[in-house]
Amino acid sequence: MLLIRCPYCGDRAEIEYANAGEAHIVRPADPMAVSDEEWAQYLYMRDNPKGLIAERWRHSHGCGRFFNAIRDTRTDRFVMTYEMGQPRPTIDSEAAAEAAR
Amino acid sequence: MQKFSALSLARQAIGGHLGWKPQWRSVAPKPAYDIVIVGGGGHGLGTAYYLARQHGLRNIAVIERGWLAGGNTARNTTIIRSNYLFDESSSYYEHSLKLWENLSQELNYNVMFSQRGCLMVAHTVHDVQSFKRHVHANRLNGIDNEWLTAEEAKEFCPPLNISPNIRYPVLGASLQRRAGTARHDAVAWGFARAASDLGVDIIENCEVTGIMRAPTGEVTGINTTRGDIRTGKIGVSVAGHSSVVLGMAGIRLPLQSNPLQALVSEPVKPAFPTIVMSNTIHAYISQSDKGEMVIGAGTDSYVSYTQRGGLHIPAHTLEAICELFPMFRRLRMLRSWGGITDNTPDRSPITAKTSIPGLYVNCGWGTGGFKATPGAANLFAWTIARNEPHPINAPFTIERFRDGVMIDEAAAAAVAH
Ligand SMILES: Cc1cc2nc3c(=O)[nH]c(=O)nc-3n(C[C@H](O)[C@H](O)[C@H](O)COP(=O)(O)OP(=O)(O)OC[C@H]3O[C@@H](n4cnc5c(N)ncnc54)[C@H](O)[C@@H]3O)c2cc1C
Ligand SMILES: [Zn+2]
Repeated sequence: MLLIRCPYCGDRAEIEYANAGEAHIVRPADPMAVSDEEWAQYLYMRDNPKGLIAERWRHSHGCGRFFNAIRDTRTDRFVMTYEMGQPRPTIDSEAAAEAAR
Repeated sequence: MQKFSALSLARQAIGGHLGWKPQWRSVAPKPAYDIVIVGGGGHGLGTAYYLARQHGLRNIAVIERGWLAGGNTARNTTIIRSNYLFDESSSYYEHSLKLWENLSQELNYNVMFSQRGCLMVAHTVHDVQSFKRHVHANRLNGIDNEWLTAEEAKEFCPPLNISPNIRYPVLGASLQRRAGTARHDAVAWGFARAASDLGVDIIENCEVTGIMRAPTGEVTGINTTRGDIRTGKIGVSVAGHSSVVLGMAGIRLPLQSNPLQALVSEPVKPAFPTIVMSNTIHAYISQSDKGEMVIGAGTDSYVSYTQRGGLHIPAHTLEAICELFPMFRRLRMLRSWGGITDNTPDRSPITAKTSIPGLYVNCGWGTGGFKATPGAANLFAWTIARNEPHPINAPFTIERFRDGVMIDEAAAAAVAH
């Protein structure tokens, strides 16, 4: 089971959380103005990376709030979690190597 | 190829079993092939077999990153059935089930397909309505499926607890009698052996790291850890790694790769006559010929390529198993493991051409593609050989997500399946 750091509550067990998929996917401001292709990209297409992923979690059995995390999907190690609304952080190579270990 | 028969087994027994030869040729990659299949699981090996057998093509390679069929083919709980709701899906899965029924004979290799039936247990009024709808839809399509009361279900599977006092009492079950299980490794080995005999090169320990393309867009070959290979047609069948490999050609897919776990008990004498699935409380169980109870757990919620998951997922499944089958409470578990499943939003697969000429993909089988092994291989081979889909797999495109023509088995089942 993963140990996940809620930015508001601290380290808690994975069973307190719900994963909510890839982060930083922006809904087109005017859905009628985009092509079907762009709309499908927004709704369904995903990077699904093998390596660092930016993903959303919700502390559903805790404070109830959403936040984002950077995790390496080859090891399931977290690099960091951060509050909703912040841009995707750049990860230095040392931290990335640590997560890949 | 050495044929298996009662006579050949007896002859080898007399010779102390020293006369057996390798079942397929081990070869180094050639510089070029007409067709390269990426992924040496059951789907990829079967695709190469049907390309050679049914479409008369010979200059084919299967490229596998690890050892043969060490991916989900080796990790699944081998439930084979065709009782899906929508016409598109049930005809795809039924096409596969029909191929299973003759596969051991066709390959001259015992895949141990055992049609012991699959009971899908209903615990809620919603389950009852939805399963009955499946039964009717299947029967209209000529696919066997029937409704059993709780008492009839217990008669078919005596270990089942139908007491009204459990947390989610059994209200009835649907039964597909032609459903069953098979020996997972044997399917891959049987296809590998038959394909190799038809001249297909099977190359293990060779990872595809890039897809080469001409300035005009079409594919021209692959980069691998054992050198570049030129080819005009690439069929990708890599399950959990589909986004990674298609990403090498710049294609994004509607997929999430999640761990799915399974476990087996210590082996015991024959005690469980059928397959039981409970979607609602997440328990899947059958008994292997070795005697182990083979138990399928749920999917971990996050994207991962680790081939493991959280212990709370199988623990949850075991709680459900112990409630449904109290006699298993003292059974000890022997091993647990995970595989990486490639899940689409509608939980239906993709077997199709891509937007890049010469690049084909068979993916999105997620948690349920073992049953489709011969069917998907057969139709993927057709799609690659003719550069157009067979009518059965024609609806299973990537573009269905753009065009809004989902085949929504996810909604039909209301749970992972
Ligand atoms: C725990 C578990 C239980 C399951 N239970 C069932 C069930 O009861 N019934 C059912 O129908 N289905 C079930 N499934 C799903 C089923 O296992 C899969 O859908 C099916 O086996 C996929 O077959 P495949 O041949 O496409 O994949 P795999 O056997 O995974 O083959 C893909 C191959 O591609 C290779 N590969 C990946 N990347 C590369 C690369 N870059 N270069 C070269 N090769 C590469 C991999 O090493 C792998 O061997 C289950 C899955 C799991 C994990
Ligand atoms: Zn919190």
